Order: sequence, then C-alpha cells, then structure tokens
Amino acid sequence: MSAVGSTPQSTVPAPAAEVDRDAPGRRREGRSLTSIRGGLWFVAPFLVVYALFTLVPILYGLFLSFFDTSLVGTSSSFVGFDNYARLLGDAQVWRTLGITLLFTLLSTVPLVAVSLVMALLVHSGTRGQWFWRFAYFAPFLLPVATVTLIWQWLFQGDFGLLNGLLRGLGLPAVGWLSDPDWGLWSVVILTVWWTVGFNFLLYLAALQGIPQTVYEAAAIDGAGGWRRLLSITLPLLKVTTGLVLTLQVLASLKLFDQAYILYVGSGGPGGVAQPILQYVYDTGFVNYRLGYASAISYMFFALIIVVSLAQAWISSRRRS
Amino acid sequence: MATVTEGRDVARPDGAPPKQRRSREGAVSQAQRASIVTRAAIATALTVLAVLWLAPLAWALVTSLKREADTTTVPLEVVPEAGFTLEAYTRVLSNDNIITWFVNSTVVTVVVTVLTLALSTTAAYGFSRTKFRGRKVLFALTIAGIMVPPQILIVPLYEQVTAMGLADTYAGIILPQLVVPAMVFILKKFFDGIPSELEEAARVDGASALRIFWQVVMPLSRSIVAAVGIFVFIGAWNNFLWPFIIISDPDLMTLPVGLVQVRSSFGIQYAQVMASALLAGLPLIIIFMLFQRQIVRGVATTGLGGQ
Repeated sequence: MSAVGSTPQSTVPAPAAEVDRDAPGRRREGRSLTSIRGGLWFVAPFLVVYALFTLVPILYGLFLSFFDTSLVGTSSSFVGFDNYARLLGDAQVWRTLGITLLFTLLSTVPLVAVSLVMALLVHSGTRGQWFWRFAYFAPFLLPVATVTLIWQWLFQGDFGLLNGLLRGLGLPAVGWLSDPDWGLWSVVILTVWWTVGFNFLLYLAALQGIPQTVYEAAAIDGAGGWRRLLSITLPLLKVTTGLVLTLQVLASLKLFDQAYILYVGSGGPGGVAQPILQYVYDTGFVNYRLGYASAISYMFFALIIVVSLAQAWISSRRRS
Repeated sequence: MATVTEGRDVARPDGAPPKQRRSREGAVSQAQRASIVTRAAIATALTVLAVLWLAPLAWALVTSLKREADTTTVPLEVVPEAGFTLEAYTRVLSNDNIITWFVNSTVVTVVVTVLTLALSTTAAYGFSRTKFRGRKVLFALTIAGIMVPPQILIVPLYEQVTAMGLADTYAGIILPQLVVPAMVFILKKFFDGIPSELEEAARVDGASALRIFWQVVMPLSRSIVAAVGIFVFIGAWNNFLWPFIIISDPDLMTLPVGLVQVRSSFGIQYAQVMASALLAGLPLIIIFMLFQRQIVRGVATTGLGGQ
C-alpha cells in the first residue's frame, strides 16, 4: 500500500503548485498533477475479485463445454465441439429457447407500454405523487420469493383471489397454474406486476428532464394536450424508450427465478413455462451434465451478446 | 420531483421577462380549460392502476391476518367472521429457521453492500484519476463485464467455489456477488465530472492519495454512493439463484431461499406462507419509505448500467 502515498510523478516545487492552483487557464495541467503513480493499487482489489469470480468462471465454463464432464462421473474426456453439435439437435433446447423468446415478447410489450402510461399519468402532477410512486414501484423492491409466493396464492385454483373474482362476476374459473394455455401467461402477469416500476421510474425521470419551455412554445402555438403529447412528449421519449426496451429484452431473456419458484421447478403445466436457463439448471444440477450445461449456457450467452451489440449498433446509427 | 418543478418556475434571465410571463399564464389557462374532464380521467386511471398494483399486497396482508381455516372459504371473505388474528405471525416468528434465515440475509446483505462499495469506489477512482500502464485495457475489460449475465456462470462458478471449499459458507455466498462492473462504470463517470482543484489543493498540502480519496472525493460523492449502495443492498437482499445453488445447509440459507424450501412444509397453511413472504419483503418496503427520493434518483442514474 505504500505506493499509494508515493510522491507525484513530477516533483513540482511548492511555489509552482501555488501558481498552478491560482491560474484558471491551467486546469488540464492540474489534472495531470492529480494523477498518481500507485493507481494500480486502487483498482487491484476489484480486479482480483473480478478475475477470480467472473473471468475465471467464464474461461472455465468455456473449457467445460468441450468436455463431457459430469458431476457424478469420475472421468471426463475432451469431446471437441460434440456438446455444441448435440445441442443443435436437442429438441429441448429449441423448445425452451422458444418459450424464453415468447416470454420476452409477451412481457416486454406490456412492461414498456404500461410503464409509459404510468409515468405520463404521474407526471401530470396529480396530487399524491409519493403515493403513486410507492404503489407502482414498491413491488419491484420485493424479493422474488415473496412476489412468487403471493402470486401462487392469488393464482390458486379453488381459493385464490383471481378465480374468486372471476366467479363473483359469473365467469368460469381459470387454471392459472394448471392449464397449459395459461401457464406462461401467469408468469407474464406476475413479472409485469413485479418489475414495471423500474421502467416507470426511468420514464418518469426522462419526462422530468424535458424542459418546460418546449411546452410553453407549443402552448403559444395553440397545441392542445393530446397534440403536445403526440408531437412533443412521445418523440422526445424515443431515446428513453430505446433504453427501456433494451434493458427489458435483456432482463426478460434471463427469465428463471419466478418461473422456477412458481412451478416448484416443474416447468409448469406441460412444461410450457420452462425457460432456457432452467434447462441449463436442470441439465447441470439435476442431471449433472456439466459439460453439456456449459455449452447451452454459451449458446445463450452468444444470443445475449448479439442483442446487446445490435442495440449498441442501432443507437449509434440513430445518433449519427 | 419537487426540485425539478421549482427549478422550472424560476424566471429565466435569458428571455424577455414580460413575454415569458404571458406565455406561462397562457399555458396554465389552456390547461385549466381542458382540465376538469382530463384531470378526472387522469385521477381515475391513476387510481385504477394503484388498486391493481396494491391489491395483491393487500390480499396477502389480509390472508396473513386470518386463521388458517378462514383462508380457504368459498366464496372469498375479506373480513372473516372470527375476525383477524396475529396467529400466523407468532407462528412464523417462533420458527427458529426463519429467524436464522433473517439473520443470514442481514449478514450477507450488509457485508456484500459494504465490500461492493469499497471495491467499486476505489476501482472507479483508480480508473478515473490515476495513471498506470494498462489502465485503458483493464477498464475496457471491466466494462465488457457488464454484458455478462451472472446466470450463465452458475455451472462453472459452482464447480469453482466448491473446489475452493467455499460451498455452504458465508464466503461462498458473498464473494461472487461482489463484482458489479456496471457500478464501477457509473461511479467512474461521476468521478470524471468532479473538478480536480480540491484534490490538487489537498495534494499540495501533502495528503496521500488514499486520504484524498477518503476525505475529499468520497464526501463529494455521497449521493451517488448512496444510490449505488441502495441498489446493491436491494439486489443482495433479493438474490435468489446463487444462494439457492451454493447453499444446501438449512442453517446457512438466506431468507428468499429458505422461504421457497419451507413452502412445502407449511402445506396449505396460506396465512403462514403469506406472513413469512411479507416479513421477507418488509425491510425493503421500510427502506423505500425512508429513502424514496434517493431510490427514485438512483434508478435514473443507475438505469443505464442497471439490471
């Protein structure tokens, strides 16, 4: 640690430093004065932990994906690209990937649209700001276990609140957790309720960032409320929508926790709610095929990177 | 919110004052004309959404206050004939396991938050203010980590942590959670924006780099550190997948993992399940009530690197 306290790169005599501080035009040089030689010590602790618990597992996972390693087996041998070749022909991979993509589509649309509506409504300045923000955002703070246990109870077939309300309205009960047609929708409903608050706050911050002068100018031109919404607010929210959309797609693709807990690891009725990450989990920790599970992880990782890069490319093209 | 609105209403020095005043009044009267119907519609929509979003929590609370026998009535009853009771809570809180899990969650969450903040702020400061060979490469490597979903690492990480002898230990739960490249990125961006004059003055006075960081830079960064800290805290308290995988000893489980495991042993005791679920979420609801402003601002600033 002694290097941290070492002298500056250039041993500037004290008077010169005084002058430097007083001269406003010399800030850039001042900046280099702040630079410290022992800076590596500041980043070293983070980098060590980062290397140990992110970089090493990334490389080790890649390594594993070329072996037929299993948690119970004693020997494992190099199999080259066999695991990758096998996953291309594995119907379960395609089925769970399809479920993941379907969930991403079904959840992203309401998660973006509802959060936008919430933010626009709250931004109107109606009294009780604190309460609205609390009501819409509070679920996001709850542990996934809490959220899922609550919804499991709401979805319960005989005594659950949802079917109770449906019966009260004279409608037939729905097999939220038992009907293959509804199995994935239940996960979507739960997820929208749970996480919409995050997007809502992103939109709200963006709305508060729009300068009031823009609206004043439009008001002079006689633009009404809807007009202002459609031709000023929404276009100005385009960048935020891009951000919200990307974060949401990436978050939805990583579906696991709530689907796993809701269906106690069964994948839902007829397996309709088994996402790809659960297939990875089942392959690795239930069937103990670590090499194959790693290969599926990496295929999924590639998909995530493609989505991230596509977003970066689109947003950079829009900017230019 | 309040500060933003106030900021807007302050007369701007640049424009011609009379004209601006007229235009602002114009906007208000315009809004007033459209108002009554629009405002009623907005208030109704806000209320409907609030009811939809609070109803699940309210129903969980009502259920947790019933006797077990009253939870499974057809048709549903909001207020049971026998009245409400705290029976479910006393049952849950007399369960030693749940107290243990609560303590485990608290220890893990506090340690993860403190260590993550220590590692992220020092690293961000190092990347922002110091020079050393390879700094750019190492920073790029850190940024690349934002794209890596922790979920894809579960298999190799499980193998590795087990090989290190850390399965079923606090260290095994905590260590892999300490690396949050997105937070380093956010903090570095903030440090980049701090003018360096103060630090220079401290240097001239002979302060060491570590002291400058701790006594000059950190006090200036309180708001962003608080925002990052709150998010790390929420993430650690709520983390399910990693503790679920690495812990099999019931005495070391965190609350979210324990609740899911114990669910089946409660059987169809819905009042107790709801009571335990709500108790697990309570610390975060309290934190939100205390720090709403910081959290709301934090989402805006950390949203970019979030998730």
